[in-house]
Amino acid sequence: MSALRILVPIKRVIDYAVKPRVNKAQTAVETAGVKHSMNPFDDLSVEESVDIRDRNRAPGGVEDICAISAGPPKAQDILRTAMAMGADRGIHVEMKEGEELEPLMVAKMLKKVAEQQRSNLVILGKQSIDGDSAQTGQMLAGLLGWSQATQACKVEFGEGDSVTVTKEVDGGVETVRAKLPMVVTTDLRLNVPRYATLPNIMKAKKKKLDKMTLQDLGLDNEKRLKVLKVTEPAARQGGGKVEDVDGLISKLKELGAL
Amino acid sequence: MFPTARRVLGTAAGPLLGRGASALSPCPRSRLLSTLAILEQRDGQLNLASLSAFTAAKKLGGTIHGFVAGSKVSAAAEQAAKVDGVEQIIAVENEAYEKGLPENYAPLLVDNIKKSNYTHVISGHTAFGKNVLPRVAALLDSQQISDITSIQDEKTFVRPIYAGNAIATVESSDPIKIITIRGTAFAPATPESASAAVVQGVDPKPEPTTEWVSEDLAKSDRPDLATASKVVSGGRGLKSKEDFDRVMLPLADALGAAVGASRAAVDSGYADNSLQVGQTGKVVAPQLYMAVGISGAIQHLAGMKDSKVIAAINKDADAPIFQVADVGLVGDLFEKVPELTEKIRSS
Repeated sequence: MSALRILVPIKRVIDYAVKPRVNKAQTAVETAGVKHSMNPFDDLSVEESVDIRDRNRAPGGVEDICAISAGPPKAQDILRTAMAMGADRGIHVEMKEGEELEPLMVAKMLKKVAEQQRSNLVILGKQSIDGDSAQTGQMLAGLLGWSQATQACKVEFGEGDSVTVTKEVDGGVETVRAKLPMVVTTDLRLNVPRYATLPNIMKAKKKKLDKMTLQDLGLDNEKRLKVLKVTEPAARQGGGKVEDVDGLISKLKELGAL
Repeated sequence: MFPTARRVLGTAAGPLLGRGASALSPCPRSRLLSTLAILEQRDGQLNLASLSAFTAAKKLGGTIHGFVAGSKVSAAAEQAAKVDGVEQIIAVENEAYEKGLPENYAPLLVDNIKKSNYTHVISGHTAFGKNVLPRVAALLDSQQISDITSIQDEKTFVRPIYAGNAIATVESSDPIKIITIRGTAFAPATPESASAAVVQGVDPKPEPTTEWVSEDLAKSDRPDLATASKVVSGGRGLKSKEDFDRVMLPLADALGAAVGASRAAVDSGYADNSLQVGQTGKVVAPQLYMAVGISGAIQHLAGMKDSKVIAAINKDADAPIFQVADVGLVGDLFEKVPELTEKIRSS
């Protein structure tokens, strides 16, 4: 079996516990001065990659784990986090503060990088919690012509480059089997990400972090979607509380829900 | 002339007038517009919820075709052909497409889309749609628009971002618009007495690269969570799987409701993964959503805050769920829920 060369794309997003606020101009969500962290699903991708090596899960072994992120200078923070969790190295595709890529562009970028890095397994989060598009992994697999397994909750490696993935689907789980090279996207049940320890955070500072730009990859950030406006969702008004179960039932009847 | 004028208006004043402009001129360019609605099927049975794609297609205007593929799809195709306003159902019968594996299904769709030059392709934002459509979009070099909740005109769509904490209106410049829709925002079209033509689609017969091994679907006599009109959902407050089953299932049965759960309940093993409601689980919008022992974290609210009526039972009077609940009861769920169940049963 081929040794794994894993590419782990990660994204810096507003921390999942922060309630996003729409800016006054209604053009975007306010990001300045807001806590950011690694997209939670990407945390799982990094953990899975490192765990495959730690527990010798792949018969061919793991040759390389490379984390990659496209974003402003601060995206380096999450690349360092990934390296502190156990990624061998990082690639930062530099972008200006506020510049964003659509999933199709990210997929085109990752295709170039995967080819350049001779990756044979790309593990991505199933969606980023800011755009909520859930597209990049599938698009990448399509562009590369590789097999894909989305919303993975279990990944197993067999002989002859075979990979068996159990996926979360509507109503339960489904298992598929494919051969490397392939693209896997992570679901929350895949694993429990580790915390980076202080010694590992220190070590991560010495790991290699390459920088490049989209132009280096021969790409321009071409946008297909124009955001016309971003608004707050219609606010829901709490309807108040009732004293007891009878009150609950009569209120529900009044609202036509029972 | 009018379409041109409207296009100028749409780009110059879109952010201000978007909704108004489309209300004034519904689908003026409908002749140029053609939509392919992707229908899901399993073992020859049409997934009726996937008929929501027709509802969205009708909002766009223009011609509407449906698409279904699998090992035995003629009955499903006939059923879909009964939906009013649908011109044609394209059916492809081949075992290779039965399980909806994207490596086979995406090239199949690409060939059928190219053959008929559709301007729009719509599928539900279901496990199938999420898996297959982005691959199709990439192969067609189109930036997909995911999980839309509303259509303003043929190129302007509304979708929630940040777990539903913000609503984005986006305009697509792609010639082929690949779209997934939020099922709860578009009621499924009902098969009536129409009789669209069922035609054989193109079959590229791609070499399968992925093998379907098995599936394990949770079986239940209760209504399906995603489409149920009532949902009762339990959270961390249920304390154990035994308690979850003992307290929540009788309530669900008394109400004829589907059972849901918060991520905390799923992670703690109280309920199956497939029951999770929220940003990372199912998005539901029933007539009644009853949250029991759920605090109301933003990720959970993302999955249920479009419900018609929200009721909450929680012992913490300050739980965020009470800020969105139409009716709240502060109390011990182990006392209140059985009492509620009993009173609903006897009424």
